[in-house]
Amino acid sequence: MADLSNKKRMALPMQEMPLHPGEERVKNFEEVPIGYSDEMAKQEALRCIQCTKPGCIPGCPVGIDIPAFIQLIEDGDFGGAVKKIRETNFLPAICGRVCPQDKQCQLDCVVGKKNKPVEIGSLERFVSDYERDNGGPVLPDIDPDTGKKVAIIGTGPAGLTAAYELRKKGHAVTCFEAFHRPGGVLVYGIPRFRLPLDIIDADVAFLEEMGVEFVYNMIIGKVLTLDDLLKKEGFDALFIGTGAGLPKMLGIPGENANGVYSANEYLTRIYLMNADKFPTYTTPLVQGNKVAVVGAGNTAMDVMRTAKRLGADVTCYYRRAREQAPARTEELHHAEDEFINWKFLSNPVEIMYDENNKVTAIKCEKMRLGEPDSSGRQKPVGTGETFIDEIDTLIFSLGCNVNPIIPSTDKKVTTNKWGIVMVDEKNYMTNKPGVFAGGDAVTGGSTVILAMGQAKVAAENMNKYLKGEIKWGEANVPDNPNWPGIVWDKPKPKKAATQK
Amino acid sequence: MEDAGGILTSKYKQSFKIMEKRELCPDTFFYAIEAPFIAKKLEAGQFVIVRPNDNGERIPLSICGWDSDKGIINVIIMSAGRTSGEINAMNVGDCLADVVGPLGERSHVEKTDGTAVVIGGGYGTGAVLPTALDHKKLGNKIVGIVGARSENLLLMVDELKAACDDVLLTTNDGSIGIEGFVTHALQKLIDDGVKVTSVLAVGPVPMMMAVCKMTEPLSIKTWVSLNAIMVDGTGMCGACRVSVGGETKFACFHGPDFDGHKVNFDELIKRQKMFVEKEKEALEAVSK
Repeated sequence: MADLSNKKRMALPMQEMPLHPGEERVKNFEEVPIGYSDEMAKQEALRCIQCTKPGCIPGCPVGIDIPAFIQLIEDGDFGGAVKKIRETNFLPAICGRVCPQDKQCQLDCVVGKKNKPVEIGSLERFVSDYERDNGGPVLPDIDPDTGKKVAIIGTGPAGLTAAYELRKKGHAVTCFEAFHRPGGVLVYGIPRFRLPLDIIDADVAFLEEMGVEFVYNMIIGKVLTLDDLLKKEGFDALFIGTGAGLPKMLGIPGENANGVYSANEYLTRIYLMNADKFPTYTTPLVQGNKVAVVGAGNTAMDVMRTAKRLGADVTCYYRRAREQAPARTEELHHAEDEFINWKFLSNPVEIMYDENNKVTAIKCEKMRLGEPDSSGRQKPVGTGETFIDEIDTLIFSLGCNVNPIIPSTDKKVTTNKWGIVMVDEKNYMTNKPGVFAGGDAVTGGSTVILAMGQAKVAAENMNKYLKGEIKWGEANVPDNPNWPGIVWDKPKPKKAATQK
Repeated sequence: MEDAGGILTSKYKQSFKIMEKRELCPDTFFYAIEAPFIAKKLEAGQFVIVRPNDNGERIPLSICGWDSDKGIINVIIMSAGRTSGEINAMNVGDCLADVVGPLGERSHVEKTDGTAVVIGGGYGTGAVLPTALDHKKLGNKIVGIVGARSENLLLMVDELKAACDDVLLTTNDGSIGIEGFVTHALQKLIDDGVKVTSVLAVGPVPMMMAVCKMTEPLSIKTWVSLNAIMVDGTGMCGACRVSVGGETKFACFHGPDFDGHKVNFDELIKRQKMFVEKEKEALEAVSK
């Protein structure tokens, strides 16, 4: 196969990820993609032309050597492929499932210029599954004990990544989690049909094997302040990975009606508290038959597909057009295959409710696309025409603000006017000595992989800080309340992707 | 490194063991629970979220006292649904699965030349006790009012008497104290010429509403503690949305105490009923 020409490789058909059919999968919470067979993975790997200046690597927030791991798959060395990924990413099973590859690594894949890009995400998922089925990951080398103690606050993707990186450097790592189980948004915010629980738990168990300590039911800021951790508990550095958990509402009349949920509440009741298994589990959920979901991001897709699985007729209301929906393409497709109704260019203006405060209808203004706004997307403009749909449940999926507990209990951790924790954009130091932050706490809400990428950089710098190589005084923490938070600019390859 | 994990784990793990349990009145119990980290940080007015077992739901509970040295927190639980019933079926030595806190903001307590009044109704009575003690520490004159349907349902009277300069009892049936409601006792104080400068009322919503209705025309600052439905208790989910002064607030994070004259009680009462049918279903499931 090695002598296959690039032209022939690029002409090979993309291996479609096999999926459970829509009509079947809406009846259960099983993972939707079935996964590649060995043969399919090898076939897909053949499509990679091993660019000398790959466009995919700069598109990966953690910089995985993508061509190298794909070459190993082509060679049939699946174990070697996953080891290659693990050099830079210790959560391949999670990233292979939830990363927006279409907007990152696969975006600048040269094969995608004329054909479909190489299915990097599906290949990453394949080798991570291979690893799990074949004895699990091998413990990485851990540097000798440094005598330094680090506290990680929050056990979502940012916290887990920082814990891994810092433990590898020989520091003692304690993770504090507010809930009764680890995983953060991976558990309470991402449905099981996209990310099964055993995958998250396997990654946490791996960290525990490395000697990372997990403590639950600890709301840092309240039960122990940052100063308690630094001054009384003997931690030498802290990492804030508390995420963006403060749901946004629209501020329209009726949003406190019964049957109106934030996406966070809805998903938490189901995926953290098991409300779908009520009354075996005692957390209740009241969901009617006509569910309206407002928003069209990844979380909105998760909410709609969940509501569908719980038996409802589900409609998406979004004020812009489909092309502007922020969700990953794959998520939109999956939702479309699952019989969701779509009302694009529909802007909710009022929620109607009865004398018992129970939601009865949603009133929307029809929109049309106008001039492009600052984000480059055509701005939706009201037409003055409204319509009313009868509903019995409404779920707002409009994103979140940053969880305010730590900044509100420690004024030295400064925030911008939207509550985003202000950090030096190079080293992720906050305004408080010894305290670093990453993930949604510093972006205001982004993706799992970006949180991991930031946590990696933060952890590298925490390691340097712990070794005395950098000092807090050198940090350049913004003080402008309009600072936008950390924004990921995909580094451009020096030259355009070229063939070997 | 090997032992570090073990030592650290034991250090931060709280057992949430029930150290003491006593019945205050039918279906209502007082608990002392081992939670040393929470006990060190509690302030008057704050609450905890409890999940009794691995299948359980998370419910907010008011705190009626704590002992930082012994690492103990005190709560009062009245059997009202499945979860409270599950806890009340537990005994000394049993452990709750999870207790998280302290949550919410502390009660508003200021130095006053007048008299501060704390009003407790039913099982909410315990929740006003820490605030009464805060007033006492500041040197404020403090009067407690405790109301219940009947004498045998009055709670925490001795504890409140120890914290307050005076305690007035009210019962609906007149079996002890003033016959009627807590508002009658408050009216009596005012009629007696007591200069009431602030009120904290904790109890059933109709009671808190009645107190607010009475104090609003008199311009007496009145705080109420809202026991909205909650899930996480940290601001993450928004289940506990309440309308205060026309704005949406999260009871868990912005509260639980709010200016009672600005609270939309009507909405709160209806929101509290959101899961009533499910609650019945959950109870029936265990009785089967």
